[in-house]
Amino acid sequence: MLVIESVSKTFNPGTVNEKKALDKVSLTLEDGDFATIVGSNGAGKSTLFHAITGNFYVDEGRIVLGGEDITYCKEHVRSKVIGHLFQDPLKGTAPHMTIEENMALAYLRAATGRHAYFSRISAKDKKKFREQLALLDMGLEDRMKQPVGLLSGGQRQALTLLMATMVTPRILLLDEHTAALDPATADKVLALTEKIVSGRHITCLTVTHNMNQALSLGNRTLMMDGGRIVFDVSGKAREELTIDDLLEQFKARAGKRLDNDRILLSR
Amino acid sequence: MSTIFSLSILQSALELGCIYALVALALFLSFSILNIADLSTDGCFTLGCAVGAMVTLAGHPVLALFAAMGAGVCSGFVTAFLQTRMGVPSILAGIIVNTGLYTVNIAVMGFSSNVNLFACDTVFSLAKEKLSYGWYADWYKLLIVLVIVIILGVILSLFLNTRLGLSIRATGDNEHMVRASSINPLFMITVGLCLANALTALSGAILGQYQKSCDINLGTGMVTIALASLIIGETLVGKGGMPKKIAGVILGSCLYRFIVALALRLNVPAEALKLVSAVIVAIAIAFPYLREKSAFYRQRSCNRNACRKGESAHVSH
Repeated sequence: MLVIESVSKTFNPGTVNEKKALDKVSLTLEDGDFATIVGSNGAGKSTLFHAITGNFYVDEGRIVLGGEDITYCKEHVRSKVIGHLFQDPLKGTAPHMTIEENMALAYLRAATGRHAYFSRISAKDKKKFREQLALLDMGLEDRMKQPVGLLSGGQRQALTLLMATMVTPRILLLDEHTAALDPATADKVLALTEKIVSGRHITCLTVTHNMNQALSLGNRTLMMDGGRIVFDVSGKAREELTIDDLLEQFKARAGKRLDNDRILLSR
Repeated sequence: MSTIFSLSILQSALELGCIYALVALALFLSFSILNIADLSTDGCFTLGCAVGAMVTLAGHPVLALFAAMGAGVCSGFVTAFLQTRMGVPSILAGIIVNTGLYTVNIAVMGFSSNVNLFACDTVFSLAKEKLSYGWYADWYKLLIVLVIVIILGVILSLFLNTRLGLSIRATGDNEHMVRASSINPLFMITVGLCLANALTALSGAILGQYQKSCDINLGTGMVTIALASLIIGETLVGKGGMPKKIAGVILGSCLYRFIVALALRLNVPAEALKLVSAVIVAIAIAFPYLREKSAFYRQRSCNRNACRKGESAHVSH
């Protein structure tokens, strides 16, 4: 369970570039919740993610993940229990290392104790990696000794997804993780995401600019504007919502039209 | 060829190549893997030599090597501390430590600018006693440095495939990924720089015992030389696994020494040696780029000719 309590963040305070990126945001995600976030440019979607991952410390408020207060927890410490996928498929994997080595790094999260530092990739690990790669159905299980830099963007993103969920995270953050992929690959990665997330009951928060996805994916939709969550819908009310309703709601609550230069109204 | 390269020149080039290969391996770790230009290498090399020389003078030539490595770890730690905890940019951190080390080195050598080890035992003189019979009697120096380099090369290669080693490699390869996957990049940089500087200092200590002296200016230009070896090595072996890359670095260092030996053989005056080194380094670094460029020009002219032929055929129709 993720609890965010009136979190605020201002960038460059006291300068002309001052930007209130998060304005007393409160949000509670129950275990197994799968929420999508839409919003205009600069609404604070990515900033919210970075606040959760610990890219920066928030100015005020509290972030509690799985009952543990992580507000001032260091980034690499909290990333043990947070899975994070970026929009850029190149950000999630190390290009000059092999598929196997990348997966071994992701598997480090499961390692406990200091002796794990000097352990090497065991045959058992390799078998496990192989089985997991086979699930992707991309033929990657036969290319485990190849550097990740040789893979396509879609393959890299699928691998990143696998790595982020190899050890089940308390929360999975997807920051438009299919936006940079071609439509066919994007569908494939998205289907894979849904399969993994629902199959393992992972709590998940995803940013999208695809209005159709915003309503069809997961069980809850959030809209952000000006560093605040302006609309939050789930359950039956969400099922009855159309894309037009969603845009209408945004206009009514944010006092302006949803302006996102990459918004997709239909697929 | 035999007139230019006598066996003894070949031998000493190989010996020096193996000794300096340790610095090249250090730069392989800091420059190629961690993506940090560690400019404290010059000072750290002299530090290793100075510490090694003083402990050797005290009568412990083997202990000297370990003491030098310890000193290297300390120097690497300071460089890493400055850049990971104090927010000093990595190049500046190296320069600062390098400057500070000059005084430290002088102090280690008892405030004199050189120390000589002619009167005392070194690892080489110890080995000479043990290996004075048989065909290898003349090759004992090479044997020692070769064994040291091979052992360290194997250890480094194994280490870089452990979880810790993988984490260090990832830190230099993709910072975003590292931060998102529970690895502390600051810790990895610290470990990497400590190891790299230990290798550099060890190289300095071995060189000190090899030439039986230590001079305060010994390390000047070491970064450039090691970088040249590293790049020659990387150009030689191209892509491949860790063992192949490490072997390439060692090979590159030996090759660099051959080139220097050749230059000396061609009666290049000793004062001009630094310039020769700089030219070799520049060529070695520019070579891969120029090769790519020339391939492109060849292809372009080929393509143009083909087009022109096609055009003339079209006109004649």
